[in-house]
Amino acid sequence: MLEVKALCAGYDQGDVLHALDLSVRAGEIVCLIGANGAGKSSTMRAIVGLLRPLRGEILLNGVRVEAATPDRIVAAGCALVPEGRRVFAPMSVAENLEMGAYQRLKRGERDEVARDREFVLNLFPRLEERLEQPAGTLSGGEQQMLAIGRALMARPSLLLLDEPSMGLAPLVVKDIFRTIADLNQAGATVLLAEQNASAALKIAERAYVLAEGRIARSGSAADLKHDPTVRETYLGV
Amino acid sequence: MNAPVKHASVQDRSALKRERRRSLMLLAAIWLGFLVWPAIAPNNYILALGSFFGIYLILIASLNLLMGFAGQISLAHGAFFGLGAYTSGVLAVKADVSPWIGLPSAFLVCAVVATLVGVPALRLKGHYLAMATLGLNAIMTVLFNELVFLTGGPNGLIGVPGFTLFGVSLANETAFFYFAWTIAGLVMLAILNLIQSRPGRALRSLAGNEIGAACLGINVTAYKVVVFAISAGFAGVAGSLYVHKNNFASPETFSFFISVLLVVMVALGGWGRYWGAFIGAAIYVAAPEVFRTLEDMELFMFGLIMILVMLFFPSGLVSLFERAGGALRRRERAR
Repeated sequence: MLEVKALCAGYDQGDVLHALDLSVRAGEIVCLIGANGAGKSSTMRAIVGLLRPLRGEILLNGVRVEAATPDRIVAAGCALVPEGRRVFAPMSVAENLEMGAYQRLKRGERDEVARDREFVLNLFPRLEERLEQPAGTLSGGEQQMLAIGRALMARPSLLLLDEPSMGLAPLVVKDIFRTIADLNQAGATVLLAEQNASAALKIAERAYVLAEGRIARSGSAADLKHDPTVRETYLGV
Repeated sequence: MNAPVKHASVQDRSALKRERRRSLMLLAAIWLGFLVWPAIAPNNYILALGSFFGIYLILIASLNLLMGFAGQISLAHGAFFGLGAYTSGVLAVKADVSPWIGLPSAFLVCAVVATLVGVPALRLKGHYLAMATLGLNAIMTVLFNELVFLTGGPNGLIGVPGFTLFGVSLANETAFFYFAWTIAGLVMLAILNLIQSRPGRALRSLAGNEIGAACLGINVTAYKVVVFAISAGFAGVAGSLYVHKNNFASPETFSFFISVLLVVMVALGGWGRYWGAFIGAAIYVAAPEVFRTLEDMELFMFGLIMILVMLFFPSGLVSLFERAGGALRRRERAR
């Protein structure tokens, strides 16, 4: 579903991703783990077109998208839940969800969008109780639910989640990761960038370890959980 | 599964419709209320202030659309006001073109210039965008002064004819008031429809969070350029009305200072608050009249009041009305 080949990307200060290779197959949860500044968020941003790659290829369902703008990548079926959630604070929960389906509503898929909204509200019943509430007044966990729900409203074939556990209480993190696993069971393909390596490796099938913008290790999540370096560096064992 | 889906969306849509109907009714009530202005204005001077209120309402509401709703900082709105005025004025004076052609031309010229400038400038954010638009205002002011053969230079463009309708001049204060108020009403209706539509919500999402908006497939650059063009176009319409009302245009009227003052009026009324533009325009027209007697203290008092408003009403003076409206609704629900 997603193939990243020899991806190099960076900012004005210099390159942050160096010849990165990774892939995500349909139906998988794949996670990117690594320390702060390892390049996880930059990888996610490059995949959705927020960071223009300098070299390399990104293929989404076999189509090259490394030069595409974010709106075209969303239209191609890839949605990102960005780091820090980035909900639209003054807008209501309902309006935020509607914005998630922005391109679909533009195409006139009103009934399908209504059905998907019901799906999202079933997935996160707390959002249903707060439909008219401004998103900025929700708790961190609820905002994360809204950010995931909003991305789901685009009905993506590939869901990218950037640090979904950031700043959340352990119990809420558990809930969020359970929901991600449930979504995967329901057929969603997920690429997850996460600093909380132990939580991510629990639900992922495969994982990549990023260090200084390079893939330092990769393999099945089960294998990486027992890798001594990963255990020592990222799992604190 | 289908029944609750339908129920939820119908509920949302009816809430949206209710909100839209309420806003339209309020706009209609304000618009109709102003129709009595010529009857109650004690003299032509006060009556003319009503016309200028309509012109500044267009100017401030269009800037609010760009800054308050879409979150893009512009310090060039005064320049677009001027560009609209000179476009319409020069066409009338130098080419004998009817103001009725000049008015849409002012919109078009401003929108096209904004698009050309916006494509590179709107890649910038925050302070950088503010600096770029400040530079644009400076360039336009230089052009208004230096293109003497067109604009009349520092002496101004004189002899600009007024609007006529079916051979009847609208130079009369009452006639011009109704004309300006009609155009202002149409512009305000267009802005209301825009902000309450799906593209309007996309605009609001830009103000909240550009990255969040881009992640949802909103073409952020296109939206920014389009709203910049619309906002500049409306400023051009205000400029056209202004120059045909005054029969004169001077570069001083469209300086950087005016651009800053317009930003202040948007803030005083309420950022991203549709009704805030009415308050901003009222202050813009009334403040010089109220403070005139204070002579040298005028600017001091104006600055002091501005600081107090920003300290105690950071969401603008319209928040006072919003709070009162909220309290009334709560009381109604409690009954």
